[in-house]
Amino acid sequence: MKSLGSIRRDFAPWNDPSAKPYIQFDKVTKKFGDFTAVNNLSLTIFEREFFALLGASGCGKSTLLRMLAGFEEPTAGRILLDGQDLRGIPPYKRPVNMMFQSYALFPHMTVEKNIAFGLKQEGMPAPDIEKRVAEMLRLVKLEQFAKRKPHQLSGGQRQRVALARSVAKRPKVLLLDEPLGALDKKLREETQFELMDLQQELGLTFVVVTHDQEEAMTMADRIAIMDKGEVMQVATPAEIYEAPTSRFVAHFVGNVNMFEGKVAERAANTTRITGATGAQIVVENAADTAKGADIVFAIRPEKIKVSSRKPADAVNALEGEVYDVAYLGDMTVYHIKLDDGQMVRASALNAARVSEDPLTWNDRAWVSFRPDAGVVLTR
Amino acid sequence: MNATWSRFNISSIVLGFAFLYLPIVLLIVFSFNESKLVTVWGGFSTKWYVSLFHNQGLMDATWVTARVGVISATVATVLGTLAAITLTRYTRFKGRVLFSGMVFAPLVMPEVITGLSLLLLFVAIGLDRGFFTVTLAHITFTMCFVAVVVQSRLVSFDRSLEEAAMDLGAPPVKTFFQITLPVILPAIISGWMLAFTLSLDDLVIASFTSGPGATTLPMKIYSQVRLGVTPEINAACTILIAVVAIGVIIASIANKRREVQRQRDEQAAQRG
Repeated sequence: MKSLGSIRRDFAPWNDPSAKPYIQFDKVTKKFGDFTAVNNLSLTIFEREFFALLGASGCGKSTLLRMLAGFEEPTAGRILLDGQDLRGIPPYKRPVNMMFQSYALFPHMTVEKNIAFGLKQEGMPAPDIEKRVAEMLRLVKLEQFAKRKPHQLSGGQRQRVALARSVAKRPKVLLLDEPLGALDKKLREETQFELMDLQQELGLTFVVVTHDQEEAMTMADRIAIMDKGEVMQVATPAEIYEAPTSRFVAHFVGNVNMFEGKVAERAANTTRITGATGAQIVVENAADTAKGADIVFAIRPEKIKVSSRKPADAVNALEGEVYDVAYLGDMTVYHIKLDDGQMVRASALNAARVSEDPLTWNDRAWVSFRPDAGVVLTR
Repeated sequence: MNATWSRFNISSIVLGFAFLYLPIVLLIVFSFNESKLVTVWGGFSTKWYVSLFHNQGLMDATWVTARVGVISATVATVLGTLAAITLTRYTRFKGRVLFSGMVFAPLVMPEVITGLSLLLLFVAIGLDRGFFTVTLAHITFTMCFVAVVVQSRLVSFDRSLEEAAMDLGAPPVKTFFQITLPVILPAIISGWMLAFTLSLDDLVIASFTSGPGATTLPMKIYSQVRLGVTPEINAACTILIAVVAIGVIIASIANKRREVQRQRDEQAAQRG
C-alpha cells in the first residue's frame, strides 16, 4: 500500500517494534452488573501520542477513560502506565489528570484557586504555586480573569480554565472527556488547534474521548474506533479513512458507498468482482480473498467521478440516473441511481465557478472510479 | 388580562388577608394596651414589654428554648446531613428503601405519638426528664427535616466535582470538606434554620419529654394562657413575631442581592 502515514513527520512509534508502550490495556473487561461495557480489550498508547477514542455513546470509550483515571476498576485484565500496574491505586495517587466533559470547575473558588487546587494537594510551596498558576493563566490566555468565579465566565473561558487546571500538575497523561462537546462549532474548530499546540508545547500524552469524528481526525495521531466495548480498528486518521478494515469502520467515519459482490476472477494485481445484480468491477487491494468469496467494495464519494458521457479510459464505469443533487458551495453531492437499482453517492469539488458538465435531476449519468480508489472488505 | 379592580377582586383580597393576619394584628395591637384586660383598649403603653423583661419565669423559659433550639438544630443538622449523604450516595445497599422510609416517617408522624413514645422510652431506660431529654427529642424529630432539605440539594449535586478533586490529588475526606461541604452549605444552613424554627415553636413533644426546670417558651406561654391571657404574653409573642419576620426579610434580601449579582456576572461573562 502507498504511504498513509501520520500527520506529524517522524512520529510513528506504533510502527517501531522496539518502541516502549506507555499505556497498556491488557485484556481489560469491565462489567456493570450484566452489562459488559468493555470486553476483553487490548490497546497500546505511546508516550507523547495524541490518542483518540472514537465511538457512539455507550460504546465503552468513557469507561475506558474512567478506568485509566481510577474512578472504575477493571473486572478483569490489567492497565499498565509506564510499566506500572495501576490496579488498586486510587485516583488521587495516579499520575494522570482528567478534563471533565462538564468541566467540573469548583463553583466556590476563583479561577486562580481552581488551578492551584491540585498543586496544593501535592504540597507545593506557595511561591511556586503562584508562579505555576500565572504560567498556566498565560498559557490559556486568561490572565485578566484570575479573580473571577466560574459562573462569571463564558463557556469557552470555562473550558480553558478546566484545561489549565488539568495540566497544571504536569501529569504524565492528560485524559480529555469530550473536551469540546459544549462549545459551538466555530469555537470548537479554533480550540482543536489550540489543544494540538498545547500538547506539542508541553510534550504530554493526550487521551481524548469523543463521538465527533471530525474532532478525532483533526487532532489525533491515532484513533481507536470502538463499538460495543471492543476496538474495531486502531490507526492513523488517514488509514482509518482510506483503509478501513471493516464495514463498521468504513460506515462510521465519513460517507461511503458499498458494492456487495463475489470475487469472480483473481489476477496478479487486480480482482474482478461480480456485483449482486451482475455488474462487473475491477479493483486492487484485495489481497486475502479467495475466488467466490463474498466481499464488499467500499469507496468514498469523492473518489467517484460523475459525468454525462461514458469516460473513454475508465476501467470501471456504471450507468444510471441523477436522483438528487445538493450544491454545498465548496462541493456538489450527487446521488446517482444505477440501472441495477443501487444508489451511489458521489461528490465533486467545485474547483471552477461554472461547471463544464452540468448535471441535474433525472439526467442520464455515468459514475467511474479507478481500481485502487476503494478497499475490499470481508467483514 | 383584565387589570381593572372589580369590587369582587378587592373584597376577596381584603377578606383573604384579614383571615390570615387579623389575629396577628390584634395580638400586636393589644400588646401595646395600657389596660390589664386583654380585650378592652385602655390607651397606648409599652409597659408590658418592660414588665416582660422582669418576668423571671418567661425569661428563663426563653433561655431554655434558645439553648434547646441551638443544640438540637446543630446536632440534627450533622446527623441529617450524614443520613442524606448516605441515602443519595449508597443507592444499592440492602434495605435502602426501608431505611429511607424510616428516616422520613417522622415527617408525617403525629407529634402526640412521637412525644408519647419518647416519653415511654425515657421512662423505660430511667432517664430523668429535663433539659437533656427535650433536646434529645427535638433532635429526633427535626433530623428528618434536615435530611429532606439536604438530600434535595445532593440529588442535583454534580458528582464530577468530587471526581475532579480526587483526580487532582485530594483524598476522599479532604474532598468532602473542601468541595462537597462548601457547595452544599446553603442547603445545610437552611436545614439548620428549619430545625431551629421547628424546635422553637414545638409545644407537644416538649410537653411530653420535658421535666421540672426545663420549661420551654411555648410551654410557658401555654400554661400562662390557661390562667388567663395577659398583655405580657402578647408582648412576648409580638417579639417572637418580630424576630421571625426580621429573619425572613434578611434572608429574602440576601437572596435577591445574590440573584441580581448573578445576573450581572452572567452579562459580564457574555461580554467577555
